Amino acid sequence: MKITPEIVAAHGLKPDEYAHILRVLNREPNITELGIFSAMWNEHCSYKSSRVWLRTMPTTGPQVVCGPGENAGVVDIGDGQVAIFKMESHNHPSFIEPYQGAATGVGGIMRDVFTMGARPVANLNALRFGATDYARTRHLVSGVVAGIGGYGNCIGVPTVGGEVNFDPGYNSNILVNAMCIGVADADKVFYSTASGVGNPVVYVGSKTGRDGIHGASMASAEFDENSEEKRPTVQVGDPFTEKLLLEACLELMAGDAVIAIQDMGAAGLTCSAVEMASKGGLGLLLDLDNVPCRESGMTAYEMMLSESQERMLMVLHPDRTEAARAIFDRWELDFAIVGETTDTGRFVIRHRGETVADLPVDVLADQAPVYQRPWTPTQPASYLAAKDVPDTDDVGATLARLMGGPHLASRRWIWEQYDHMVMGDTVQRPGGDAAVVRVHGSRKGIAATTDVTPRYCAASPFEGGKQAIAEAFRNLSAVGAKPLATTDCLNFGNPERPEIMGQFVGCIEGISEACRALGMPIVSGNVSLYNETSGVAIPPTPAIGAIGLLNNIDQMATIAFKQDGDVILLIGETAGHLGQSLYAREIAGRTDGAPPAVDLAAERRNGDFIREQIISGNVTAAHDVSDGGLLVALSEMALAGDRGCTVTLPDAASPRHAYLFGEDQARYVLSIAPGRRDALIAAARAKQVPFTELGTVGGIDIILDGKPVQTLAALRRAHENWFPEFMEG
Amino acid sequence: MKSCVIVFPGSNCDRDVAVALKASSGMEPQMVWHSETELPKCDLIVLPGGFSHGDYLRSGAMAARAPIMRALSARAKAGTPVLGLCNGFQILTEAGLLPGALMRNAGLKFICRDIFLKVENIHNVFNRNYADGQVVRIPISHHDGNYFADAATLDRLESANRVAFRYCTASGDVSAAANPNGSLNNIAGILNETGNVLGMMPHPERLISPELSGTDGRAMFDALASLLQTA
Repeated sequence: MKITPEIVAAHGLKPDEYAHILRVLNREPNITELGIFSAMWNEHCSYKSSRVWLRTMPTTGPQVVCGPGENAGVVDIGDGQVAIFKMESHNHPSFIEPYQGAATGVGGIMRDVFTMGARPVANLNALRFGATDYARTRHLVSGVVAGIGGYGNCIGVPTVGGEVNFDPGYNSNILVNAMCIGVADADKVFYSTASGVGNPVVYVGSKTGRDGIHGASMASAEFDENSEEKRPTVQVGDPFTEKLLLEACLELMAGDAVIAIQDMGAAGLTCSAVEMASKGGLGLLLDLDNVPCRESGMTAYEMMLSESQERMLMVLHPDRTEAARAIFDRWELDFAIVGETTDTGRFVIRHRGETVADLPVDVLADQAPVYQRPWTPTQPASYLAAKDVPDTDDVGATLARLMGGPHLASRRWIWEQYDHMVMGDTVQRPGGDAAVVRVHGSRKGIAATTDVTPRYCAASPFEGGKQAIAEAFRNLSAVGAKPLATTDCLNFGNPERPEIMGQFVGCIEGISEACRALGMPIVSGNVSLYNETSGVAIPPTPAIGAIGLLNNIDQMATIAFKQDGDVILLIGETAGHLGQSLYAREIAGRTDGAPPAVDLAAERRNGDFIREQIISGNVTAAHDVSDGGLLVALSEMALAGDRGCTVTLPDAASPRHAYLFGEDQARYVLSIAPGRRDALIAAARAKQVPFTELGTVGGIDIILDGKPVQTLAALRRAHENWFPEFMEG
Repeated sequence: MKSCVIVFPGSNCDRDVAVALKASSGMEPQMVWHSETELPKCDLIVLPGGFSHGDYLRSGAMAARAPIMRALSARAKAGTPVLGLCNGFQILTEAGLLPGALMRNAGLKFICRDIFLKVENIHNVFNRNYADGQVVRIPISHHDGNYFADAATLDRLESANRVAFRYCTASGDVSAAANPNGSLNNIAGILNETGNVLGMMPHPERLISPELSGTDGRAMFDALASLLQTA
């Protein structure tokens, strides 16, 4: 086949990129080779627009065993164990085919984790959908949630947390970001670096079919009104096979057969083979005649670009190959020797007796173009003063509207469709600040959260980026966990537009600064660009996933008020910042204004303080103050504990609506047994942690300055009913 | 004396139930792979939850025809206690060891949440540590838990007091509102004629310690443990 400019363009390669290929090869590539280049050099696999910025992020720390560059990040959790985790996007497929798109996103992220030798112990997901009155939203919510549940429930890994936003900015480009956390022994972590010459390259798992061909390229292009036609590029998941693959891989990894292993994710066989060879400085020979295929007559091109799910590629010790085969036979999975490592530095593919590709590994892996894309900083939004945002004449009704609206309503409708208890270690279920899973067989716990506030990022990428990390830090601290490390899933529009690139750069800089200040380095992640449809980009959405460690789960805090008479304390300073708050948007209809500034020193000080207090047993409940502000945080604690509260605002607190609904950062609400009050307050003074005593726990109402503003029963109805009623339409 | 847990491809609560058995009895159960044809000598057999064979075809349908099931069936008929939890219950009905079928939940969605159960029969090895009519909180986690049987079968179950658990409210009210999945007569678990085979959709193994936010499942495993120790 003659390679025409049209064919080059159809492969998502720019003319200058193709010129570079001609230069390094010193000849024209054939169609298979062109496909391989397109798979390796697309945005999704090569990070060509983001790489220069990703390099600036903090990725190291004493707790970091392995940072970005492997299948997932690895962090020390003590006692000879590590946590391995990552978050990844599956946005485009989920918009086209929500059930399978979301399901295979979950399957893919779990493979990233068990490829490294870890047993997955928890899944989370960060979801963004379009407006609630947009025709397609319900269908997408329903399909995505069913797909996530369908995959995670079947494989038997609990889905314990996550977040959901609705915004018209996602109408035609939803975001499905899936996170997985696994636990492994520190001396049993597996990497993707091949070594040795003449070692067998082994294919295991599902057979290869024609599904998902060019999935990674699709993920690197904008959408238009014809996106529906891309449905055949969405892969179909089989969680049952993945469960078998998980057990077989972990059984194999208990021995010493594996030299290198890489899951076949985006760009399947191509990416996994090139990655292993490139990291080992080796060449690799593949014979496609041995690849297990689901259908006959597949071409080399199709096999190399298929994204069939539930497949792994490994380099094994030659004398362990037959023992390895026996394991996969027992789990009734395909096991095929499809090639070997070589010392040529070339990626050679044979099919039906002919060489169908012969390419330099280093060029494929390392010489993908890297772009320094032009960018323009986002115009800073001006400060929105509280006096310019109207007060509410009915605090109770306003509270019910927020708590019973799309942004804050209970997500129970979603998480009850996820098995969040399987594996028997879920010690903090969904609905709190962070989920906590016990490290099996120990008293330790891993806390996990996902966070970002896209409306903040849109108004100020830098502050929004900082805030995403700060909120993750707070959510982990509020359960008593020490924040350990971060994974990021950077969802943005078309990077070839300078204003989008400006959002990207601003967010990265904010995230980096906060990660440094709060000791939460980035250890893994993924970039999803081109989230646009017909030229309209999504709000900048750098979703953050973070984990923390509890040394003793008995010390864990939850958000639920526990005991009538407990003292309620607000930690942190309240200036009453209403810009970009839910109150300003949903109640006052103001979408302008700068987001709250994030004081990272205050975050650190306040977070460290409340964590110490939780661990020392001084706190009966803790909750970070975020979306919706103070009154929402109090209401969530009251609903969770089924106990009301009586709160008196301090005299200096004005204007009142700004105090109640402002979204100032670095704040927490604590409840404290009366006998511990003095000790905690003394400790706060000693550490110069600002605090305000607000009132006490008890009753069946939220009572504000002597007046009941809502009964718990009415608030609960509003909070619990919104989601099911929305979904029932 | 010991217990066995049957593991099918796709079982995923096998470890959880093994942990519960060990916590109550101090003894590790023996895990038995589905393709075995013989069962070791044991005093209790557990069919764990999960998605055996991916729930493809019908939940439990393929597992019910696994090689080990012939041996299991013989043991069950000889009186060995057999406990089927969730997918295990589905397998027992598909294997004909318990009557009826578990259909798709009436609401069509997968449901994972704590529910309340009324203990309806305590005269068996599984429930003897519960009080008659006791209300217990146990999680469910299933897509296909909607119990169905024809009228004659249902009559037989009811008149022989073979319903072990029913879905109820926190105060013990067996009502339509307390029925999470559309099961006939709010049935959550049933016994065979001789009372040595129990199938139930809820997961008692998930609430066996305070840190898992409940202990109501523990009594079943304690009862079975004393059986294991005295047998």
